[in-house]
Amino acid sequence: MDRPKKTEFKFPTHIDEYPTGPQYAAGYLPETNAGWRSVRPVVDHDACVYCLRCYLLCPDGTVVKDNGKITFDMDYCKGCGVCAHECPKDAIEMVKE
Amino acid sequence: MTNLVDIPKVNAKNMTEKEFFYGHKACAGCGGSIAVRLALKVLGERTYTALPAGCMSAVGFIYPQMAFNTNAIITTFPGSASMASGIAVGAKALGQKDVKTVVFAGDGGTADIGFQALSGMIDRNDDVLYICYDNEAYMNTGIQKSGLTPYGTKTTTTPAGDNIPGTITHKKNLFEIIAAHDIAYAATASIGYPQDFLNKVNKAKHIKGATFIHVYASCPTGWGTPTETSVEIAKDAVDCGLIFLAEFEDGEYKLNRNPKQFAPVQDYLKKQGRFKHMSDADMQCVIDNRDKKWSRMRKHWL
Repeated sequence: MDRPKKTEFKFPTHIDEYPTGPQYAAGYLPETNAGWRSVRPVVDHDACVYCLRCYLLCPDGTVVKDNGKITFDMDYCKGCGVCAHECPKDAIEMVKE
Repeated sequence: MTNLVDIPKVNAKNMTEKEFFYGHKACAGCGGSIAVRLALKVLGERTYTALPAGCMSAVGFIYPQMAFNTNAIITTFPGSASMASGIAVGAKALGQKDVKTVVFAGDGGTADIGFQALSGMIDRNDDVLYICYDNEAYMNTGIQKSGLTPYGTKTTTTPAGDNIPGTITHKKNLFEIIAAHDIAYAATASIGYPQDFLNKVNKAKHIKGATFIHVYASCPTGWGTPTETSVEIAKDAVDCGLIFLAEFEDGEYKLNRNPKQFAPVQDYLKKQGRFKHMSDADMQCVIDNRDKKWSRMRKHWL
């Protein structure tokens, strides 16, 4: 999976540990967004035709192409429901957490 | 110049698996983040990204979090295009050939505050792709009216009431203002038509010189819509004719989508909290303005 992972934030103790610019390195994510979610997407793999519309339209890029199947990166899904609403086959359902 | 016909098409099946805008803190269902994410997926890793103050810089750079996986920098509000010019020229001086500089600015940062820098950038024809994600108000600071806010919108600076129906001016015609600079390539797009947007970014990527894309991106928070409908709303706006899909290339306008019949404007307006208060007369004003614009576009652009 070509997505950055959560990295634990350690408070810098030495001057060398501070970032050189006003930012940390690209893709430095100290926390997840999973706590924003009240519903989560669940895919019905039999109904899914792998059209990748959800992959294209996910605002957070959490839809993962996993060997011909759609999965989600639940660490960063915010549960907005765009994937379920846009699915032409209604194969994604939003389930209460 | 690259022959534009030979550019390999980018679509959901063959686009890179890498995410360059990931783990950001945008509101759920944010349309602007769809636009930024898709554009960066087309442009690839070797991209310099410049963002003025606005939603996309506010949600991507929350210290120590860094949601951009490309080179990215926050610019001054009015100077995003001039900073991008500097980046592009610097990359050229270093002999970097396979890089692209891109700006993601909101509608306020493009049409109002950042406009003079943008105009200068196009005039100098620097190798920068300027993408304006248009959510029709200053959303980051709490929904104030911008130059691209359409007629009748309720914002905090143009509240709807007995005296005014929200915003009393029509949307500024940004696309034609940019095209009037005789820019190499300019286009309008909507996140409701993602493949069209991908094609336009891909085209702009392969053009040397200043290019501009105006992409319509919905904002569930500011527009008062459910989060799941943000793409549907952006598609409806195109279907009812309030947003048009067009290109400007080699001095010629091209209308990409010319529907015989528009979807009802009322249905589009009624879905959004920001237009809830509108009377039939206000809606007629919106429709009249749309028809005027389309008759001019059909006369001159087809």
